[in-house]
Amino acid sequence: MNSIMTHGLAAQAEVHQVVRDASGLISSTWLLIAFPLLGAAVLLLGGRRLDKTGHLIGTAASCLSFVMAVALFVAMLGESGDARAFNVPLWEWFNAAGYQVEVGLLLDQLSMAFVLLITGVGSLIHVYSIGYMEHDERRRRFFGYLNLFVAAMLLLVLASDYLILFIGWEGVGLASYLLIGFWQHKPSAAVAAKKAFVVNRVGDMGMVLAIASMIVVFGSSSFELVFAGAGDAPTSWLNALGLLLLLAACGKSAQFPLQSWLLDAMEGPTPVSALIHAATMVTAGVYLVVRSAAIYDLAPEARTAVVLVGTITLLMGAIIGCAKDDIKKALAGSTMSQIGYMMLAAGLGPAGYAFAIFHLITHGFFKANMFLGAGSVMHGMNDEVNMRRFGGLRAAMPVTFLTFALGYLAIIGIPPFAGYFSKDKIIEAAFADNILIGLCALIGAGITAFYMTRVMLMTFLTSKRWAEDVHPHESPRVMTWPLIGLAALSLVGGAALLYVGGGIVEWLEPVTGEEHHDLPLPVAALIAITLVVVVAGVAVAWLLYGRRPVPVEAPAGNPLTVAARRDLYGDAVNEAVLMRPGQYLTRSLVYVENRGVDGAVIGAAKAVGGLSARWRRWQTGFVRSYALTMLTGAGLVVVAMLLVRLP
Amino acid sequence: MTIPWLTLLIAAPALGAVLTALVPAGRGTLAKQVAIAFSLLSLAIAIAVIAQFELGADRYQLVEQQAWIDALGIYWALGIDGIGAALIALTAVATPIVAMAMWPEAEAEKRDPKAFFALLLAVEALIFTAFLAKDVLLFYIVFEAMLIPLYFMIGMYGGPQRRYAALKFLLYNLFGGLVMLAAVIGLYVQSVDAGNASFLLTDLVALDIPVETQRWLFLGFMLAFAIKAPLWPFHTWLPDAAAEATPSNAAFLSGVADKVGTFGMIALAVPLFPAAAAEFAPVIVVLAVISIVYGALLAIGQTDMKRLIGYTSISHFGFIVLGIFALTERGATGSTLYMINHGLSTIALFVIVGFMISRRRSRLVADYGGMQKTTPKLAGVFLFAGLSGLALPPLSTFLSEFLVIAGTFEQYRAAAVIATVGIVLAALYILWLYQRTMTGPERADIGATRDLGRREIAVVTPLIALILAIGFFPRTVVDVIDDGVGPTLAEVDVEAPPPLVSVTDHAAEGNDE
Repeated sequence: MNSIMTHGLAAQAEVHQVVRDASGLISSTWLLIAFPLLGAAVLLLGGRRLDKTGHLIGTAASCLSFVMAVALFVAMLGESGDARAFNVPLWEWFNAAGYQVEVGLLLDQLSMAFVLLITGVGSLIHVYSIGYMEHDERRRRFFGYLNLFVAAMLLLVLASDYLILFIGWEGVGLASYLLIGFWQHKPSAAVAAKKAFVVNRVGDMGMVLAIASMIVVFGSSSFELVFAGAGDAPTSWLNALGLLLLLAACGKSAQFPLQSWLLDAMEGPTPVSALIHAATMVTAGVYLVVRSAAIYDLAPEARTAVVLVGTITLLMGAIIGCAKDDIKKALAGSTMSQIGYMMLAAGLGPAGYAFAIFHLITHGFFKANMFLGAGSVMHGMNDEVNMRRFGGLRAAMPVTFLTFALGYLAIIGIPPFAGYFSKDKIIEAAFADNILIGLCALIGAGITAFYMTRVMLMTFLTSKRWAEDVHPHESPRVMTWPLIGLAALSLVGGAALLYVGGGIVEWLEPVTGEEHHDLPLPVAALIAITLVVVVAGVAVAWLLYGRRPVPVEAPAGNPLTVAARRDLYGDAVNEAVLMRPGQYLTRSLVYVENRGVDGAVIGAAKAVGGLSARWRRWQTGFVRSYALTMLTGAGLVVVAMLLVRLP
Repeated sequence: MTIPWLTLLIAAPALGAVLTALVPAGRGTLAKQVAIAFSLLSLAIAIAVIAQFELGADRYQLVEQQAWIDALGIYWALGIDGIGAALIALTAVATPIVAMAMWPEAEAEKRDPKAFFALLLAVEALIFTAFLAKDVLLFYIVFEAMLIPLYFMIGMYGGPQRRYAALKFLLYNLFGGLVMLAAVIGLYVQSVDAGNASFLLTDLVALDIPVETQRWLFLGFMLAFAIKAPLWPFHTWLPDAAAEATPSNAAFLSGVADKVGTFGMIALAVPLFPAAAAEFAPVIVVLAVISIVYGALLAIGQTDMKRLIGYTSISHFGFIVLGIFALTERGATGSTLYMINHGLSTIALFVIVGFMISRRRSRLVADYGGMQKTTPKLAGVFLFAGLSGLALPPLSTFLSEFLVIAGTFEQYRAAAVIATVGIVLAALYILWLYQRTMTGPERADIGATRDLGRREIAVVTPLIALILAIGFFPRTVVDVIDDGVGPTLAEVDVEAPPPLVSVTDHAAEGNDE
């Protein structure tokens, strides 16, 4: 069945795209998921005999998926621009009282972009992990989990029904849980894994209720029917849907107020941080919002909420990133902040959807690049993560340094590196929407320049502050080649995506729509101002960390630094508002249950029958006769009733 | 002559119980083999029965009806519908698995194990009868009768407080049964008044009972079912029974036997007293939501693993009751599916905790830690069972929980929203339990523990396979259940509103543009 996915406000560009049934190669889209899923099954069930080859099987599965993705991309390019969406039905999942869900995939321009990012960056990270996890005795299992993650993430972005999307959504959550807690012998890792899962479940409440609402409103949760019906749905419901989906997105994408798990998630091995907690999974919330464009287009209040959440998080993450001495946590704060930018853009509606995805992809390149670089540094420094113990690694690790530097230039937005194009577009769109939001985005860019320069200086430049018996060395080639690949993408990815063949905005237009607002000032002026702010950020970092020696012990710091070190008291708030009252409630309920509810019943029973005296008799087999007596008695009652009733 | 399939289904485990009991003392292994053979025979008959079930055909199929006490209108009346078929399948699958898990437990007891197996088969026969009975008195008799073997199973085998737990179990349930008996008689009186003295379910459903009378009768039935199921605040017998019974017995009790309670709600209480059910539904929905949250919070606070799982069951039974009394087809279908999935998942959890207890001789969470290092397979299946307990998609439990929430949302928005808190709490109690037992540094006092053995893998594999299979391909199961739930809910005059937006029309317009 062909159908039209249509949405959009009357005043804005209406989006039309024919979704066709897949044929030919595209009907095998499911192979994308099948390869890594099979890989995961083989690796996790295969047992010890695969210990020697497990990492190769896992990497091959991911690479096969990437090859398939490229083939699909080529096939898609062969179609005309507004006919690149395909339904790939697989099987009917169930039909419960008229609510029908089909397991099926939707391959369109948006999911294609994600598929390429996930399989491409994913495969590079698989290759890198061969080296990074070389000495871990559970490497086979690690690759099994990575494959599981890739499969689930692909299902998330390819599903054609919110309920199927939710399977992928929870699947990546599971993979994230397993990988954060991969070194389970460390209690901190086990706790962080659980925290990530539980906080994500708070977001899942939003997802479950959103789908339940869709059933009430549309009788379905398939993209096709929901998007087609959005135009006729009451605005109150659309706003509710938008807010519920936003709650889900906040959990998965570590957005305020559900951000607290991401920093702890750095307990996982570094390739995991790069793939799951930087490049792909944490951006799933942005995907969800953009995919639900048909709903958000018609839900202005919900969109405002998305913008606010994004803006708050972009500032929070950036501030946290400034104070962290742990290189991974500094990068994690940065990830929060960059996803905040994407959320902000997504909340701007058709004016920002494409830029959100654009920044998501470039961020995937340069952040994965820098996380893997951090991993390479740790690999050479006996797993040290404290940047106050780094310094001067430029000479010892030249490849890591140069590739990291390209990622650095990309994220702070120096032209012509990738982040310049994508972040600049978001700042422009933010200014066009609201001057205050625009200013926040601009300030965020300055802070980004500051904390990233700080990371760069403390790690690779400045003087050596190494612990004794540390002998930094460059990582093996299996790790540096993925770095070089990602660094190249950080260099050219932005310009390529923006300009080659019409660019990503035109590519996504059939899915997301397009809309232009007038800027309050000329674009060139805004670009100049942004660059000045960025340079100012770099300069301040240079003054604080470049010109002065970096102390090995962290100085006391001002109140803001202290707050930022403690993640702006996110955990303290959770603890005070949720954890402690929850513990108190649980303990008192257990007390009341054991003494109160139960005690009352038993006490009453004892009081009524003087039962305590007979207690012993109950326990010695009299119960059988009691029960039989009861049954006989019951029979007698029946007879008695009948005698009375039936003359 | 047609084969009386349903009577055969009941007769097989009943005969097995007798034969197992007749095995001479001291031949424990033979007793086990006989019991497992008969449980497998019952499974085969159950498969044959379900294979004959036709979707969209008669409401009750394979019907058998023999007058038992003619003068009183009591019948040996059996029949199977979609709800019954689903629960028969659960019982038939669970019994051999539980019997296999019981094998070493019975050995660890100093008692002759044969009684344990004989009682298990006796309970299976009684549960089959309860799910098939189409005569209310017959249902009542087996509902009560199964308490006796269960009482002995809890009281004879298990932890140090087992006698107390068994007695508590019995007193609570007998009390409920007594009240139900009064209601059964009251119902019968109604049928006598109508001029057709009969205990047949079909006759009784056809009665037009005044609402005032319905209320009392409904409450009588509901109390018994709410104790059995169990619903807050009638639940306190379950944690004790779960903690003191042997793990496999606890699995059977809360995974299978208690489903007779929720089955009674949907298959008897609602269709017999539709007006009263609709009237009391809001109250029961509140109790169900309390059960969900209360059970989950109590589970978080437990220090005893089996007690903890007992409380998770209270939370899950809350979901089942919620879906039934939302009185929407989607909710009730979800609830019935939930009964099956909760059975599979809880049996898996109890049985695996049993494996752990057999290694460390302790039920306390604090006596475990860091086990995933030495026993990765045990940790793996435990995590899997836990994930099914927290309803992770696409495991089978997810769909049932989602359908319950979605079905409830149609009628009771606030209740559905509060119920979703249960999904957060479930993650907390399961993952915290896993964290405390399986992760962390290896503990010196635990030392070398052996990983899963072959028999243990054989016990959990079918459970895992079913949880995955129903998760990925739930369509047939849902269709069968829906086939029974539809007509049952049709008795109640609650109609679900159509979707606000009629999407199909709009899509058609879209094509014209």
